Amino acid sequence: MTTNTVTKLSAKEVAQLVLEGKELFIIDVRNETDFADWKIEGRSVEIINIPYFDLIDGVDPALDQIPDGKPVLVVCAKEGSSIFVAEKIAEAGRSNVSYLEGGMKSWSEYLEPVKVADLTAGGELYQFVRIGKGCLSYVVLSEGEATIIDTSRMIDQYEVFLQSKGVKLVHTIDTHLHADHISGGRALAEKYGSTYHLPEKDAGEVTFYYEKLEEGKDITVGGERIIVHPIYSPGHTIGSTSFIIDNRYLLSGDILFIESIGRPDLAGLAEDWVGDLRETLYSRYKNLSEDLIVLPAHFGKITELGEKGLVSGRLGDLYKQNPGLNITDEGEFRKTVTENLPPQPNAYQEIRQTNMGKINPNEEEQREMEIGPNRCAVHDN
Amino acid sequence: MISDKVLDATGLACPMPIVKTKKSIDELSSGQVLEVHATDKGAQNDLTAWAKKTGHEILDSKEEEGIYKFWIRKA
Repeated sequence: MTTNTVTKLSAKEVAQLVLEGKELFIIDVRNETDFADWKIEGRSVEIINIPYFDLIDGVDPALDQIPDGKPVLVVCAKEGSSIFVAEKIAEAGRSNVSYLEGGMKSWSEYLEPVKVADLTAGGELYQFVRIGKGCLSYVVLSEGEATIIDTSRMIDQYEVFLQSKGVKLVHTIDTHLHADHISGGRALAEKYGSTYHLPEKDAGEVTFYYEKLEEGKDITVGGERIIVHPIYSPGHTIGSTSFIIDNRYLLSGDILFIESIGRPDLAGLAEDWVGDLRETLYSRYKNLSEDLIVLPAHFGKITELGEKGLVSGRLGDLYKQNPGLNITDEGEFRKTVTENLPPQPNAYQEIRQTNMGKINPNEEEQREMEIGPNRCAVHDN
Repeated sequence: MISDKVLDATGLACPMPIVKTKKSIDELSSGQVLEVHATDKGAQNDLTAWAKKTGHEILDSKEEEGIYKFWIRKA
């Protein structure tokens, strides 16, 4: 009966379409609450929401809204409902109909490796863009060695990358104790006998061995060729630490983003940490070279993605354009970072407990905990 | 709670719990109560959203040993 077939697109294929700016028309068939919470975004993405349960008796409400001749991607939470709807759309005579394999669950987990630069001493720096959740992690390669900073939970994707590069993992580092996603840093370090680094002040309650991040204690990748230089920069958490790599790249963790700044409330001590956050952003960072390229641990809006998906900005430019760096009045700054904040990330307290090793949820539970956007910035909404 | 009909949608993945719920509700008369059992976690939010739209009333819901149970009164 069916003349038009439905194709399956992986999260990787959809991510590449989004990053290349290809036109994409998406029907998201999840319920309205889930859609309002988070969805696929992109400069060239047009997306509408019609819950699948409105399409059980017929897909006419959807057909009316699909632009003629455009490819259509149907998306749901896992994939079952998107196949159901996509097949009905194809049966109604539409061609070029696809669905997202694994649904938003897969979308949330996909990491796109984007090369930042070749480093002066011969190494390479990559940014791994978790496009569905807005998390950014970094891989430094030099002379057969690798270091990963702010590793996401899906460690297999880094493993595939490191194997393809033929390198050995020597360090995993977290800029702070994360509250929006589960760190894969400890798991990877255990698997490869590497060293896992955390700021001591964030690690008071951790249940495992880690190496303390300290200013003045540089970390080397590839026999001292690449130096990762820690800078204590509290505010988002009390231990938050930034890094300078190759005298050119400032890995700012969740302290400074491209279009916003970190929120100080996710560990429950907003009032106490406002002063630290201001000190870091308006004084410590201000004393650094304006030519440093800021590489944050998150993006909040899709507009922060540059060419090929890279999220970065020159520090001097951020001082001109980022609203969070331009609040002269201290009282107003305090208000901005403590009042009217976006909702906290899903399950953020359980995520912190997991990252401390105090609870050990299984993979499915970890996945559930990470659902939704990261919401680590002050101006996310 | 007393129901006029019980739908066993356990083991079924999305969209089937709602597709079957809708079919079962269509077979009932206004005011009758359908009891739905499902194991798909997503069914909970989707059933609530669906009922809200269609005007059917979820009288009660609970989870028992991994099975989500709903009592829906047809509008």
